[in-house]
Parts: sequence; C-alpha cells; structure tokens
Amino acid sequence: MHELPITESILKIVLTHAEKNDVRQVMTIHLQVGKLSDLEDEWIQRYFDYLSKGTIAQGAELKIERTPIMLQCNACAASYPVEIANMSDSACPVCGQKDSKLISGREYYIKNMEVQ
Amino acid sequence: MENVRLIEVKEEIMADNNQVAAGVRERLRNTKTLLLNLMSSPGSGKTSLILRTVEGLKGAVKLGVIEADIDSTVDAEKVAARGIPAIQLRTGGFCHLDATMVTQGIDALAAKELDLIIIENVGNLVCPAEFDTGAHKNVMILSVPEGDDKPLKYPLMFTICDVLLVNKIDYLSLSDFDMAALRKRVLTLNSNIRIIEVSCKTGAGIEDWIAWLKKEVDEFK
Repeated sequence: MHELPITESILKIVLTHAEKNDVRQVMTIHLQVGKLSDLEDEWIQRYFDYLSKGTIAQGAELKIERTPIMLQCNACAASYPVEIANMSDSACPVCGQKDSKLISGREYYIKNMEVQ
Repeated sequence: MENVRLIEVKEEIMADNNQVAAGVRERLRNTKTLLLNLMSSPGSGKTSLILRTVEGLKGAVKLGVIEADIDSTVDAEKVAARGIPAIQLRTGGFCHLDATMVTQGIDALAAKELDLIIIENVGNLVCPAEFDTGAHKNVMILSVPEGDDKPLKYPLMFTICDVLLVNKIDYLSLSDFDMAALRKRVLTLNSNIRIIEVSCKTGAGIEDWIAWLKKEVDEFK
C-alpha cells in the first residue's frame, strides 16, 4: 500500500539526475529492493506509469533486483541468507544459535538508469 | 537511433524521509522530549494502552499524543478528554506516518514543553515498519486474538521494535494462543526486544510497562 510514496520518491530522484545530465528520455531504471519489503514490482511500475505521465521518464521500465535477507549470528558472526517465512525460526548454519541480527534485506536503492 | 547512455544514480529512495527523521530525533533530543512510535494492527488496543499510560504517568511525566487516523478524530477526542494535548493527523488514506507528517504533529505540540510524545501510528503491521518517523523508541502491540503466528507473517515489524506489548492476556484462557511459541519466534527475530504481557482491560502488567516507560523518560533527561 505504500508503493505510492516510494514511487514518488523514485521519480523525484530520477528527474533530478535526468536534468543534471541533459537527458531527453529515461528508458530503464535499475532498482535494488530488499526482499523484506512487501512492495509488489507490478504495482510500483503501475504507480510509476501514472506519476511519470508528461515527464521525460514517461514509459520508462523499472527493473527491480531483489536483494536477499541476510542475518548475522550474534554468537559466531557468520552471516547467512533466509527467506521471509523462515526468519522467526532460523538458526545459524555454522553454530546453531538462534540469536541473530538483520544485516540486509531492507534496501530501497536506485542503482542507475539507461537514458537517451 | 540515438546512443543509450548509462547514468549512475546510487541514491537511497528513502533518503529524504530518513533525513527528516534524523532531524526530528535531534530536535527532540535538544528539548529532552522522548518520542515513542506505537504501532499495531487495527483493534489491538493502541488507544486503550495510551489511556492506561496517561493514567499511569499522571503527575510524573508531561505527555502529548499524536494520533494518526485515515479519516477520523475519534482517538484524539478520547485522549483529549483526559486533559492530554492530542493532535490528530489525518493521513488521507495513507497506510503509515512518515517523518514529515510527524513533524507537523510535533510543531503543533511544540509549545507544551513535554517529556514524552507518543505517536499512535496507523493500524497496520506492514507499512509503518518501513518508514522512520523520527521516534527514539519503537513499541508495538500484538493482541492475543490476533494469534501467535504474526511474527511469521510480519517479521520486519518485530525486528525494528524495542518493546512488544502482548495485550488482551485476559483472553488467553479462551484461545489457543501459545505464549512460549510467540516468545521464541519474536526473540529469534530480535533478541533485544522486551516483551511485556498486559491487559488494558484488567490492568494486568500495566505497571511493568509504566515502569519501563518512566525509566526511559528519566534516562532521556
């Protein structure tokens, strides 16, 4: 449901960079979004299509790379990937401890964009 | 066809909000006002907990409340009726509060020289977890009727909170809620979280919550 503010933010950043670089048309935008985010790729694109109408980013395609959820064991410091459904029942594959901290999976990042 | 160029952007999408949130935290650090963000599903007892908190802190802590609601003022009216400054933010359909909306609430409360401001976030276990409000402490409520499986479905919320209040424990005997399983799941996600079992209806456990809160407010001075 919070695709809208996220998408507004993406568009704002994209247009700022486009202006600085004399862009005529934004074609593709590469994003990194953590797997912990519940955003739906399809909806981000739909909101983007709606918000970008009449701008040089109109028609741009969003390519979303999902970054894995990584935990770091508080006992032995090993890091390991987990899926969202297993997070609350995960154990360190090295030492078996369940005590961990989240080190990635919450990313919202614009990497780069292809433009003309 | 014109050549396609690649532009490196390398920007955090949430950077604007994160910056405003950091500003809120610093501003309230300077006025020694602790900002607490209270989150939960709809109907788990956020307003009831705030009313219990108003009672528990009476005379000891100067408290203000920022209420977020999609489109009503019911909650703010309940709090204001207890003589507590309450600001209602209508989120106009938004599912969460962001730091800019919270700033409006703080501006409206600014003249009151408060020790503590509680944000009652929009009832939702998903979106509020993703947006930094500028709060110094995040607290969530899970009520017994919602079930002990919520950490499986909404891990991020449990990961970012300092305190989990398990509310409506007066329902425990009527349900198959497994408190031990809940604790295990939550502590696996977040070993630093403090879990306090309460009933806003009977008052059970409320003194533990108030004791935690008073200590946090005192330490913020």
